[in-house]
Amino acid sequence: MTAPILQVEDLHVWFDLADGGELHAVQGVGLSLEPGERLGLVGESGCGKTTTALAIMGLLPPSASVAGRVKIDGRDILAGGEAAMRPHRWVDVAIVFQGAMNALNPVRTIGEQIVESLELHDRARGAAARARTAELLEAVGIPAGRAARYPHELSGGMRQRAAIAMALSCDPRVLIADEPTTALDVMVQAQILELLDSLCRDFGLALVLVTHDLPVVAQLCDRCAVMYAGEIVERGPLEELYHAPGHPYSRMLFAASPDLSGLDEPVVSIPGAPPRLDRPIDGCPFRPRCDSAFAACTERPQLQEVGAGHAAACHLNDRVLA
Amino acid sequence: MSAQPALLEIEDLVVRYPVHRGLVAAVTRQPRRTVHAVEGVSLSLRAGEMLALVGESGCGKTTTAQAVLRLVDPVSGSIRFDGRDLVPLGSRELRPLRRRIQVVYQDPYESLDPRFRVRAVVEEPLLIHGLGGSKAERAARVREALARVELSPAELYLDRFPHELSGGQRQRVAIAAALVLEPDVLVADEPVSMLDVSVRAGVLNVLDGLRRAGLAILMITHDLSTAARFAQRIAVMYLGRIVEEGPAAEVVRNPQHPYTKALLSVVPRRDPRDRRQPQILRGETPDAVAIPSGCRFHPRCPLAEGRCTREDPALARPASAADGHRAACLLLPARS
Repeated sequence: MTAPILQVEDLHVWFDLADGGELHAVQGVGLSLEPGERLGLVGESGCGKTTTALAIMGLLPPSASVAGRVKIDGRDILAGGEAAMRPHRWVDVAIVFQGAMNALNPVRTIGEQIVESLELHDRARGAAARARTAELLEAVGIPAGRAARYPHELSGGMRQRAAIAMALSCDPRVLIADEPTTALDVMVQAQILELLDSLCRDFGLALVLVTHDLPVVAQLCDRCAVMYAGEIVERGPLEELYHAPGHPYSRMLFAASPDLSGLDEPVVSIPGAPPRLDRPIDGCPFRPRCDSAFAACTERPQLQEVGAGHAAACHLNDRVLA
Repeated sequence: MSAQPALLEIEDLVVRYPVHRGLVAAVTRQPRRTVHAVEGVSLSLRAGEMLALVGESGCGKTTTAQAVLRLVDPVSGSIRFDGRDLVPLGSRELRPLRRRIQVVYQDPYESLDPRFRVRAVVEEPLLIHGLGGSKAERAARVREALARVELSPAELYLDRFPHELSGGQRQRVAIAAALVLEPDVLVADEPVSMLDVSVRAGVLNVLDGLRRAGLAILMITHDLSTAARFAQRIAVMYLGRIVEEGPAAEVVRNPQHPYTKALLSVVPRRDPRDRRQPQILRGETPDAVAIPSGCRFHPRCPLAEGRCTREDPALARPASAADGHRAACLLLPARS
């Protein structure tokens, strides 16, 4: 087993609310990523998956407070604050966001923006930076001649490619892609997923794919972490998550999306809504929506091994393991 | 079922939008350009049926729906509803018919007035159309509409504001506001694409229940899995044309047109063992201003031959397809 590049341990994030309260958005998340590995981070809106990604990048807004450890090559970069984060941001870990239009500056050409990020990080200057920009654009499937285009002159798919090229400008080893295809058409989505797949294969890039779309993760990732109400409720190899889920939430999430290969299967929504995170949660956070809750669920379950590299936070597993 | 006459029959619908030229272009007398949004679309929809209109952004699916709602004026073609052509009708004549064709939009965060309580949102269409009789009768119809979208007991929802509801509940309120007028046809434009995966199925099952109870639903979607699971018929659009149309299960299991085949191949499956080689089309849907010659799909088609650049294929039943299943491709041997 190779040493992980990125480890997240017992990560907590709180947001100060206007009314003086606190929202506990991330509640003890742990993740680990090896070189070249692809991890899906999945859950409903508000489950804390994007907040986790922003905390890893050190890009949380000032209203947030963080605790826990984010380790690059085994060394914690969270405790040292911005000074400790800065040398790693974009250099070791980079992020692409959902709406590429918001990530790109509308009044600069995409080429200028990539050159700027190369110069800012002392990667290259002048002609060398422009040559490197052309290389980066070609690597993501944009003809280098389009470097002089403004973001609004590109289609949604091309903008997302440009945002990926910019994220790759410092040769990061980990790319976090936050809903990279959500606003795109199916065929363009397929093109972007194919690009992410080839970047991982050809450059050994490790990927964290943050999404609510389980089928997309099933097609692209090796492992998956399912988040609910700020915590990881199950993580493991995707095949196990689909064929032998250790948490009812994972099973119900898979069953909630219609699938071309199972047209006769019922598509069932998950009743209710996730709990509020601005007050303490009693027992298992999924209990009110769960189809298999029983007496033990009034106590909060801990993440425990249910198979090789497969863990789930559900009391149903206590019985099986006992 | 096929003996039943169609409730809505669209024939040869053409919708074009002029492109704004700008001052310089106008002064220098550059030719006026046109977006060919919908070019000769024919569809029919029966009571108790859901027809899914599927395609990528810019293919003309939403324009087709807007023409049905008479929110845009077609250049030519007819839209017969219950035997009457809607196209030549003026706004006064349309008014009583509008009650019978209602719409639900994609984003329930935008479509509901944030200052209105649920009660007022659902009651408003009755007031606008001068229906529903007394206050008590209207209140009863509002409750009934909420029950049909499974928001019950109504007391839990009537006095809430949209921001107090989840996305799925908001979309149900939007559907209730359409149902309160007891329409015959519901146009649903991407009704679940803004919602969380966990609640999408609930809204789709509500629509399915309404369909079973006799409502005709025209669903606009880019999601083939949803179309395949919930619709009875699927029509696939590309650049303003229907390229394939037929019973949903037939279109999905035995696709004929190369575009449909490619679209189906890129739909992610939820089983990680079920990874397929996607057949990814290069480039993007061309601009509807500069329509390719011949078959509109030929520049991206993996099978295109010389004649595909010259001849424009018509929808026909291929030899390898079942009854009621048609595709527009020159390379498909026609049924002799």
